[in-house]
Amino acid sequence: MQNQGSAPEIIPAGEQQQVRGNWTTAWLKHWLQLQPVLVTQDPAQLIIQADAMDSNGALTFLHLFGNNPAYWPAGLTPSQQQLLQLVLKHRESHIPEPVMLNWVADIGYRVSRLGLYTRQFLEFLGQLVMALLSLLRHPHRFRLRLFLDVIQKDGLHAVPIVALLSFLLGAVVAWQGALQLKAYGANIFIVELVALTHLRELGPLITAILVAGRSGSAYAAQLATMNMNQEIQALRSLGQNPFDWLILPKLLGLLVVLPLLTLLADLSGLVGGMLVAQAQLDISPSLFWQRLGDEISIIHFVVGMIKAPVFALIIVNVGCMQGMLARGGAEAVGLRTTRSVVQAIFLVIITDALFSILFSNAGW
Amino acid sequence: MTELRPRPLVRLRNITTRFAGQSVHESLNLSVYKGERLALVGASGCGKSVLLNEIALLTQPQQGQILLFGQNTARMDGRGLLQLRHRMGMMFQQGALFSSLTLLENVMLPLREYQPLPLPLLKELAMLKLKLVGLPTSAAARLPQEISGGMLKRAAVARALALDPSLLLLDEPTAGLDPASASAFDDMLLELHATMDLTLILVTHDLDSLWRVTDQVAFLGQKQVLCKAPIEELVMQDHPDIRHYFANTRAAGAQGRRQGGLPV
Repeated sequence: MQNQGSAPEIIPAGEQQQVRGNWTTAWLKHWLQLQPVLVTQDPAQLIIQADAMDSNGALTFLHLFGNNPAYWPAGLTPSQQQLLQLVLKHRESHIPEPVMLNWVADIGYRVSRLGLYTRQFLEFLGQLVMALLSLLRHPHRFRLRLFLDVIQKDGLHAVPIVALLSFLLGAVVAWQGALQLKAYGANIFIVELVALTHLRELGPLITAILVAGRSGSAYAAQLATMNMNQEIQALRSLGQNPFDWLILPKLLGLLVVLPLLTLLADLSGLVGGMLVAQAQLDISPSLFWQRLGDEISIIHFVVGMIKAPVFALIIVNVGCMQGMLARGGAEAVGLRTTRSVVQAIFLVIITDALFSILFSNAGW
Repeated sequence: MTELRPRPLVRLRNITTRFAGQSVHESLNLSVYKGERLALVGASGCGKSVLLNEIALLTQPQQGQILLFGQNTARMDGRGLLQLRHRMGMMFQQGALFSSLTLLENVMLPLREYQPLPLPLLKELAMLKLKLVGLPTSAAARLPQEISGGMLKRAAVARALALDPSLLLLDEPTAGLDPASASAFDDMLLELHATMDLTLILVTHDLDSLWRVTDQVAFLGQKQVLCKAPIEELVMQDHPDIRHYFANTRAAGAQGRRQGGLPV
């Protein structure tokens, strides 16, 4: 884009036409606008008058006048001729497009990916268990600081959001239940409704989903970036096991923190239900707690708490696996982070359903 | 020579750059003329890349003037600076290609943003750039992470050339390439310089490129440009820093290879 000059124009000069203007990037649009006029002219009657031509301009020139030098107008300087020849040599009208699969192949590809994801998950789970066993044999390799870091960042800092959301969820469940129970005069059963849904299902589930979105995604993004920066290879080259530094502290941390957060979610969900019960159904808090102690077996609480460590394992496994698998550039970090959250929540809900079947068969 | 070429394309006047109180350049002066192939050399940390970024209008010096194409950049508004940027292309050390776009889309991006042209022509213009830097046709549909380092650097040059700039800035163009690829890259730069009316400014540590590609070398040391001269003259200089930079076996090797019959 050098010496811009003035807009291209066609000026009659005797019997011939002068095509005046620079063939540079800035004027490409104007040259294309002149195309309808130029194609009606006999090239032999045209004289080019241009101070400058760049490679973009040269290609546009070829576009207008064709590849055959015999049909080019007169008036080109030797260096412009040279540039045109160079561009002609490198001109490539066939532009390869990225390969797209047809829809049948696409379905097949996606199904085969499902098998791959399952294998990746199981492989990583195996590595995780092996690393854990090896840590049990060599406890001095335990990274206490990193473990405490996880407790603080993924546990302590998650307390407000977990408490608030499960409180609201408990209140909403109680609210919807209250409307129905009132119609049947079964007001007092609000306690069973809130306690069972919350202790058995919603408490562990909402905690796991929040932690998967909050911490699982962070694990994936952190490990993916470290992976691209070759930090993980650097650890290996220093004779360190990346699992000891990056993954086991997260696993052990979440195994401690997630049950505690689930307990918190249970409590604040019950408090939410209790307040709605008082407002909607005139059940006093003391009556609520009394009924809770009389009617709700401790087993329901235990059922919920059993799930928490399993969910923690799923979240760490998926998040860290996605991070370790990341290859390529910035886009891969985004892709892996998204995938870690989607897969973790998917697996958490599937596992929850399996637990329900298991516990109901066991009669709990 | 200089008196025949009165107006420099790039002129740096009394540039002072400081980072966190530490000055990198102190009243530095440098002129680059049209058609030159200038290399900026100097010990690591002497501010070569910073100087290149300042010419590319990416960082601003604390003091001093930068004149590009005869215009003082300090007095220009956003529109004027944008026009100046269109006349310069910059190749970054790691290529800095956008990883979510194919090579063709990478080259097409500046064209597309500034030239409202029909899509087929845009694609052909971008393809021309990829071919000019010596990439095979099939590379156009690949993503940056799928290709080798040498191809990546060529693609980065293609993107820098998208708007046909007259000034091409290159940050360590041959760093990390094997000797054969580096030498092929140097040939490509010379060919582009000869055919596309370019002025080159490159930061490099590659002594082979220094002998092969450049016709002027500016040596940065003691926060100044100590000397700007053709490489043959520069290595004869008596300044202790320059002698230290070139007086080692690796440098002698490159000079020997060059003088031992490599084609000019």
